[in-house]
Amino acid sequence: MSLELRDVSRTVDSSAHIHPTSITLIPGGFNILLGPTLAGKTSLMRLMAGLDKPTSGQIFFAGEDVTGIAVQKRKVAMVYQQFVNYPSMTVFQNIASPLRLNGESKVAVKKRVDQIAEILKLGPLLDRLPSELSGGQQQRTALARALAKDASLVLLDEPLANLDYKLREELREELPRLFEDSGATVVYATTEPGEALLLSGHTAALNEGRITQFGPTHTVFRDPNDLLTATIFSDPPLNLANARKEAGGFQLGFTSWPVGYYSDLPDGDYQVGFRPHHLQLQSNDNAALPITGEVLITEISGSESFVHLGLGKHRWVAQMHGIYQWDPGQKIDMFLNSAHLLVFDSTGNRIRSTHG
Amino acid sequence: MAEITLKAIRHSYQANPIAPSDFAIRSVDITWRDGGAYALLGPSGCGKTTLLNIISGLLRPTEGAVLFNGVDVTAQDPVARDIAQIFQFPVIYDTMSVYRNLAFPLVNRGVSGEEVDRRVKEVAGMLDLSEMLNQRAVGLTADNKQKISLGRGLVRSDVNVIMFDEPLTVIDPHLKWKLRSELKRLHQRVGFTMIYVTHDQTEALTFADEVVVMHEGDVVQVGTPRDLFDRPEHTFVGHFIGSPGMNLMPCQIVDGKPIVGHSEIPVDRFFADHDKGNGLEFGIRPECIHLDPAGFPVSVMRIDDVGRYRIIRAEFEGQPLQILVKEEELIPSENLRIRFDRSSIQIYKDGWIVDRGVAK
Amino acid sequence: MIDRVSNQKAWLMVLPVILLVAFNAIIPLMTVVNYSVQETFGNNVFFWEGMKWFEEVLRSERFHASLGRQILFSFTILIIEVPLGILVALNMPRRGIGVSICLVLMALPLLIPWNVVGAMWNIFALPDIGLLGRAINGMGIEYNFTQNPVSAWLTVVAMDVWHWTSLVALLSYAGLCAIPDPYYQAAKIDGAGRWQIFRHIELPKLKRVLTIAILLRFMDSFMIYTEPFVLTGGGPGNTTTFLSIDLVKIALGQFDLGPAAAMSLIYFLIVLLLCWVFYTLMMRSESNTS
Repeated sequence: MSLELRDVSRTVDSSAHIHPTSITLIPGGFNILLGPTLAGKTSLMRLMAGLDKPTSGQIFFAGEDVTGIAVQKRKVAMVYQQFVNYPSMTVFQNIASPLRLNGESKVAVKKRVDQIAEILKLGPLLDRLPSELSGGQQQRTALARALAKDASLVLLDEPLANLDYKLREELREELPRLFEDSGATVVYATTEPGEALLLSGHTAALNEGRITQFGPTHTVFRDPNDLLTATIFSDPPLNLANARKEAGGFQLGFTSWPVGYYSDLPDGDYQVGFRPHHLQLQSNDNAALPITGEVLITEISGSESFVHLGLGKHRWVAQMHGIYQWDPGQKIDMFLNSAHLLVFDSTGNRIRSTHG
Repeated sequence: MAEITLKAIRHSYQANPIAPSDFAIRSVDITWRDGGAYALLGPSGCGKTTLLNIISGLLRPTEGAVLFNGVDVTAQDPVARDIAQIFQFPVIYDTMSVYRNLAFPLVNRGVSGEEVDRRVKEVAGMLDLSEMLNQRAVGLTADNKQKISLGRGLVRSDVNVIMFDEPLTVIDPHLKWKLRSELKRLHQRVGFTMIYVTHDQTEALTFADEVVVMHEGDVVQVGTPRDLFDRPEHTFVGHFIGSPGMNLMPCQIVDGKPIVGHSEIPVDRFFADHDKGNGLEFGIRPECIHLDPAGFPVSVMRIDDVGRYRIIRAEFEGQPLQILVKEEELIPSENLRIRFDRSSIQIYKDGWIVDRGVAK
Repeated sequence: MIDRVSNQKAWLMVLPVILLVAFNAIIPLMTVVNYSVQETFGNNVFFWEGMKWFEEVLRSERFHASLGRQILFSFTILIIEVPLGILVALNMPRRGIGVSICLVLMALPLLIPWNVVGAMWNIFALPDIGLLGRAINGMGIEYNFTQNPVSAWLTVVAMDVWHWTSLVALLSYAGLCAIPDPYYQAAKIDGAGRWQIFRHIELPKLKRVLTIAILLRFMDSFMIYTEPFVLTGGGPGNTTTFLSIDLVKIALGQFDLGPAAAMSLIYFLIVLLLCWVFYTLMMRSESNTS
C-alpha cells in the first residue's frame, strides 16, 4: 500500500510545523523519520494518519486522494511513546479489540490473538491487566494491538523512548521483522541515529519541519546530501570546522590539510566535517589528514573510548575502539582517512569529490 | 564532601518482609570514597532508585546503616545530610529568574549577599549560564533547566554528595553528548562525590570511575568500566553491559578446556576439574570474536549494518552467536570462519564467573 | 490546536443540542430583549420605548445600591474562600483512609440544595432558638440577623463560606496532588521552608486551578439568590438585597416587566464583562510564568 505526500504543509497559528514536503513512502517497507525533538516527526505522522488536515497539498493512499478523510476510514494503526492500552481490559482483550471491532468470530479472534501473542512473547501474560505489566510488556501489548489491526499503514512514534536501554535493544531487533509478513507500510519516528541504523530500511532526515533527505538508511548515513542531514544523522555529533581552500590546501585555522580528492574545487570558503569514529591513531593511508588536539576529557564505554578534543575554538570527538586513558591537557596526534572527509559549500550543500 | 559507606543495607516496602522476594534491596555493602564519580546501573525495578533514596535520606532502610565520613546518618533527613539531587525531569522554580534559582539554596541557608553573588556567578560560569542569569527560568530549554538543577547543588559548599537520578532522560541525543562530557569535566574540576543512577550503560560507563551493577535488589558487580567489560563476574553483567551483550553458550569442561557442542575452544587458561558439571556457560564478547579462515565454521543468519560496524548474527554449534565486525573489514560471502580471542573467554557456573582458572 | 478533518455529517449529531440550546437560552433571552425595549400593560399590547428602561435602570439609585452590595459580597467571599480553601487543601491528607473521609466530608456541603442551606442557617442562626444565635448572644455579643444589618451580612457571608469553601478546597487539592514529588524533594534539599515551598512551588503550580476556582466562585456568588432569599429575604431593610433578589422584586413584586428585562440584560452584561476581565488578567499573569 503506497502513501504519497504531495507538497503537503501544515501551519498552526501562523507557525509552520511542516513546510511544503513531498515524500513517497516505500510500500511494505520500514520508513524512518529521524530528527531532533520538534523537527516535525509527530506532525508529519499525524498528517499521514489523517489526524490533522494539511494546510496545503494532497495525500494519496494507494493512488487515491485521501486528503481530508477522517482517520477512522483509513486502515491505520499507531503506537506512541507512552504506553497506551485499555486499562480495564486484559492483554488478551486488548489485542482482540481491533479484531472484535471487525466483527470476527470468537474462534478466529482467539486464534489470531494467540498467534500474535506468540510472536511478541506475551503468551503467558494474556490474562493480566496492563497495570500488572512492566513497561516493556505494556509496549509489546500496544504493538500487538497494532499488529492485530492488520492495518496497511502502521505509525510508530518513538515507541521505545520510555523503555530501558537493554529492552530497547531487544525490541529494536524484533521490530523490523514483526511487520514484515503483514505487508504493512511502517513509519517509525526516532531521535536516535543509532536506532535508525539498526532498524535499517529507509530514512528521512527531518529538521525544523523539512525533510532534508530521504533514501535507503545506509546511503543517507554514508552519503548525506547536505550538512543538516549529516548533522542529524551522527551520534556522537559530527566533527565540523570552517575551512578556506586556497593554494592547494584547506586552511582550518588550527591546521591545514592537503586538498586530496578535492583538487578540482575552486578556492573559497567551505565547511568540512567527518564522523567521530573515523579518527584513528595510526594510518597507512599516504593521504591521511593529520590532526593534533588537546584532550579535554576521555570517556570510556566498555570496549570504546570517546576522546573529546579541543582544537582552537573547536571541540571534536574521537570515537575509538579500545580503551584509552589520556589526561586532560595532553596533546595527541590522530589521523583522518581523506576518503571520509565530507565537504560542504557555504550554504551547507554537500560537494562530492570528483575522484573518490 | 564525604566518604559514603552503606553497611548491610536491606530494604523492603512491606511491613513484615520474610521471603527474599519481599526485599527491594537484599543486601548492600559498599564504600564510596570522597570525591569519586560513581554510577548505579541496572534495569527498571532492580532497586537502584530505592538505594539512591536511602542514601539521600528520602527513605529509611529496613536494616543497615548509612555513614557519611564514618558518622551514622541513617536517622537524618535529606536536609540534615547536606546532599544535592538532580531528578529525571528538571526541577526549577517557575517564578524565579535563573539567578534567583541558583541563589535559592544559599539564601535559605542564610549565606551573606556578597558570598551568594560570588558563588552564583562562579557556578553560572562553569555551567555556561552566565548570559541567562536575568532570564526567567521557565522559558529555557530542557538542557539549560537541567543545568540549573545541577547548579543549585554546585553553589553550596557544604554538599556531601551530588546525586543524579537519570538526569538525561528528557535531553536530545546531541545535547546528551555535550551535557555528559561537561558533567564529567565538572566533576574533575570541583571534586564533589557524585552518584549517577541510570539504566543506560553508556551514561554509566562514561561518567563513572566505578560502576555498581544491580540486579533484582542485589549488587552483582562493582568495578571500573573496563572490569565490567573485560571480566563480567555474572552473566547478567555480561548481558547488560555491551551492545550487543556477551554471547553465552552452554558448555562443558573436559581436561581443563571448554567444549561448546563438539568444538573444543582453545583458551589461555586451565579450568580445573571441579568446575565440571551442569550449569556451565561459555561467555565471549561479540567484540572479541575475529574472522579467521582457519577458525571454527559458523552459519550466518543475518548481517546488520550499524554504520561504524556490522553485527553478524550467526549460529555456532546450534547456538546463536553475535559477532562485531568493523566498518572497513570485509565479510566473506560464504564459509565464514571465526576465532575466539583466547584471553577474553570467560566460563560461568550457575551465572557466576568461575574464578579458579589458573594461567597455563 | 488540533483541528480535525471536516466532516459534514457530524453536524447532524450536534443538531439536537443546538435546538435544545436555542429553546433553552436563545429564545428566552430574545423575549427578555423584546420586553426591555417596550412597555406592556398585559394582553399582548406593546409600546416601543427604545432605550428608556435601560437609562432608567442605570440611573436608579436602587440599582446602584444593589450592584454595590453585590460587588462587595462577591469580593468578600472570594477573599475569604480562596485562601481558606487553599489552607484546607494544604492540610488534607495525601494518602491513607483519611483521604476518602476528607473528600466525603468536603463534598457534603456541595450536595445540599441552596434553599435547604438557607433554611438550615436560618434556624441555626435564630437568636432565640438557633444554636449559633443563642451561643453568640450568650457570649454577650448582640446578634440578630433579622434586625441588625451587620449581623445579617455576617450570617450571609458565613453561610456562603460554609457552603462553597469546599469547592475551592477540592479543586486546590486536585491541583496539589498533581505536583510531582521531586519538586518537594528538591525544595527540601535546597533548604526551603514551608512558606517558600508554598510560594515558589505550590502556588505557581496551582495557578490554573485557582483561575477556574475564582471564576466559578465569582460567577456563582454574583448571581446568588436562593440562600439569602430564604435566610433574610433581602433584609433587614434592603441591606442584603443583592442584584438577583432586587430583580425578582421588580419583576414579580412590582410587575415592572420592562425595567426588569432591561435590568436582567444589564446584569447579564456585567457578569460577562467582569468574567472577561478576570479571565484576561489571570491568563496574562499565566503567560508570564509559563
